[in-house]
Amino acid sequence: MSFVEYGDTIKDGDTAIVFLGHESMFPVKVQHGTVTQTKYGVIRHSTDLIGKKYGSKVTCSKGGWVFILHPTPELWTMNLPHRTQILYSTDISIITMMLELKPGSIVCESGTGSGSLSHALIRTVAPTGHLYTVEFHQQRAEKAREEFREHGVEHLVTVTNQDVCKNGFGVSNIADAVFLDIPSPWEAIGHAKSALKAEGGRICSFSPCIEQVQRTCLAMEEYGFTEINTLEILLRVYNVRTISLQIPDLGKAAEDNSSSGFDSSNPSHQGSPCANLQQGTVQFKSGVPLREVVGHTGYLTFATKS
Amino acid sequence: AMEEGPSARIREGDCAVLKRDEVFKAVSVLRRRKIIFEKQWFYLDNAIGHIYGTTFEVTNGGNLQPKQEVEETSTETKEAGTDNRNIVDDGKSQKLTHDDIKALKDKGIKGQEIVQQLIENSTTFRDKTEFAQDKYIKKKKKKYEAVITIVKPSTRILSTMYYAREPGKINHLRYDTLAQMLTLGNIHAGNKMIVMETCAGLVLGAVMERMGGYGSIIQMYPGGGPVRAATSCFGFPKPFFDNLHEFPLSKVQSLLSGTFTTEILPADPEENALVEEESNGLSEEKQTSLQETEEEPATEAPMEINPTEEQDMMDINAEDVEFKGNKEKENKENVREKQMKQWERRKKLKEAAALLREKNADGLIVASKFHPTPLLLSLLEFVAPSRPFVVYCQYKEPLLECYTKLRERGGVINLKLSETWLRNYQVLPDRSHPKLTMSGGGGYLLSGITVILEKGKSDSSSSEALKMEEPSSKRCKLQDLPC
Repeated sequence: MSFVEYGDTIKDGDTAIVFLGHESMFPVKVQHGTVTQTKYGVIRHSTDLIGKKYGSKVTCSKGGWVFILHPTPELWTMNLPHRTQILYSTDISIITMMLELKPGSIVCESGTGSGSLSHALIRTVAPTGHLYTVEFHQQRAEKAREEFREHGVEHLVTVTNQDVCKNGFGVSNIADAVFLDIPSPWEAIGHAKSALKAEGGRICSFSPCIEQVQRTCLAMEEYGFTEINTLEILLRVYNVRTISLQIPDLGKAAEDNSSSGFDSSNPSHQGSPCANLQQGTVQFKSGVPLREVVGHTGYLTFATKS
Repeated sequence: AMEEGPSARIREGDCAVLKRDEVFKAVSVLRRRKIIFEKQWFYLDNAIGHIYGTTFEVTNGGNLQPKQEVEETSTETKEAGTDNRNIVDDGKSQKLTHDDIKALKDKGIKGQEIVQQLIENSTTFRDKTEFAQDKYIKKKKKKYEAVITIVKPSTRILSTMYYAREPGKINHLRYDTLAQMLTLGNIHAGNKMIVMETCAGLVLGAVMERMGGYGSIIQMYPGGGPVRAATSCFGFPKPFFDNLHEFPLSKVQSLLSGTFTTEILPADPEENALVEEESNGLSEEKQTSLQETEEEPATEAPMEINPTEEQDMMDINAEDVEFKGNKEKENKENVREKQMKQWERRKKLKEAAALLREKNADGLIVASKFHPTPLLLSLLEFVAPSRPFVVYCQYKEPLLECYTKLRERGGVINLKLSETWLRNYQVLPDRSHPKLTMSGGGGYLLSGITVILEKGKSDSSSSEALKMEEPSSKRCKLQDLPC
């Protein structure tokens, strides 16, 4: 397994995802002799994991069961240990497409943060591309390096511990794309421009606040970027639910056998697809919005180096 | 399988995309071919050899000329007003008439100069606020400084173009929805993907771009053959197509039940045309396949009749009476050619079937006009466990049903029904605000991950289903108040 190549069987040293049920999962480092506690009981790596196929159901000691999944950047994003606020797959998806990333692309990123976007970028540019990621916090930079190693992608990424606003990305004139998620992106636009290839490179800056966006757009214009465009993307998830709605009792008309419209107590309605045999309800399937929804992550500003 | 140098140049035969502000159009780069775009006519000849991303102006002769970088007029403090309380819109503030402007254009005066003339001849310009003046200049520039940029096609460019120009062709799949599919599906180099789409080949092209020529794709298709009009716009190098296979939907059931055979092939549109030609002798070239009639080129170049076929037909007509002997020989050759083609097709079909039979695909992408449920239920059989799948549907309801059927089937987890909302912003100093909200109309996605399917254990799948559902917020417990 690696984050850039599928494997079929769980091996010692893999990072696997343990899936317990709806939106409940966690990553696990597979190791001979280790055990992992879950609410369904214990998972013994040597007997329950190693050698099993990804996608297998594993019964834990207390009798409950889980699924073991092959890691992907998307699953990693949902389960990684946060050292900073992270980007989620909705933003990552549009960033990837708007930066025109693909195998072989050279990308620069700052800040590395918790590595959520980094894993996704590495996956997209593999096997012939490269990610140059810059993080000014020393421990975070080191933790990122460690994770890339564990996930089998260290050959595709270079982590540099420096301040991108002062010292840039460490490369020049080669990047197909640059991504910025830092407090003062306008201070890094010049460095981004010099990291980008001569013509046609793409840049993206992510900022939670509109004031940051304004300053960044100005800087992009000053440095001669074109096609400057700011957008935001929101995810709306729907739960699929069978809903039962009661039929109100509207009483009867004067005559006992005149029924107006929806008289579900009339047995001849049994054939109707929606009506329920039980007293006065109609069932249907609905996509129900979640009660709590993400309202804002940040603004994404894209531009082209001309 | 890789790429051009750092700056790709426009070459003859390329599919290029013309861009003016937010309007895109895909065209074939051919010499002496008149192009219409945004009310302008021109030839692309002069663009050949320039780098993609170059901006051109259209000269009076209909030729392209790279736009010179011009210094913006200096920012001296311009005369401006404070608000519009005294500005009356009587349509008379512009002193230049239509004819005056036309005369300027005919003289060959550049757009920038025309805009300057309009400003100088506007009685209200200096009363406008600075912001209003900015807006006025932008508007005039847009109209009179017609610049066209030639950009290299990519998923970003083509998906935006199709959504704006021909959304019906792609089932109203909006580009941000497509972006989600590619990421949720973990599309990357080395995958073995199954793609089923009726989006003119745009989704296929997007998948191919993210795979970079590595791995393999089996495209499932309805009817006679897959439509790949949009795919050809991407300009992929030939090797990308070496591992692109196709397989007819009409054979899926037989493959799943083990009764698959290559004896009866789905109708081949090209074959039908040839057969008709020969049986009728003098018949016109017809487009018989449904697929071909649905396929409208996104490019400017008209659908051309295959020149060799046309030539053959003409030769046959001309020599019919005199050289019957030769005609018989040609017929024999045509028959042999047909047989070769049939053999080729059978061989490819067998290969695709073999790939599917392995039941180890790394993912499934569905984006079609068909009801998603039967597609998912059958095509998921070919996907390995612990792999993502994504289904697009223009409407939500079929995905509700699909979700339900998948729960009954079991073998899938992490099912999610979603849509994305997109909002563009105008960002200007003191004038930043949202522009449009795009919600609804972009379609819906159902995504999930496969797991090992335990067949014949119906209670296991229902307990699985229970575990997969989000717990109801209000479970009525007996001791609580009645619901």
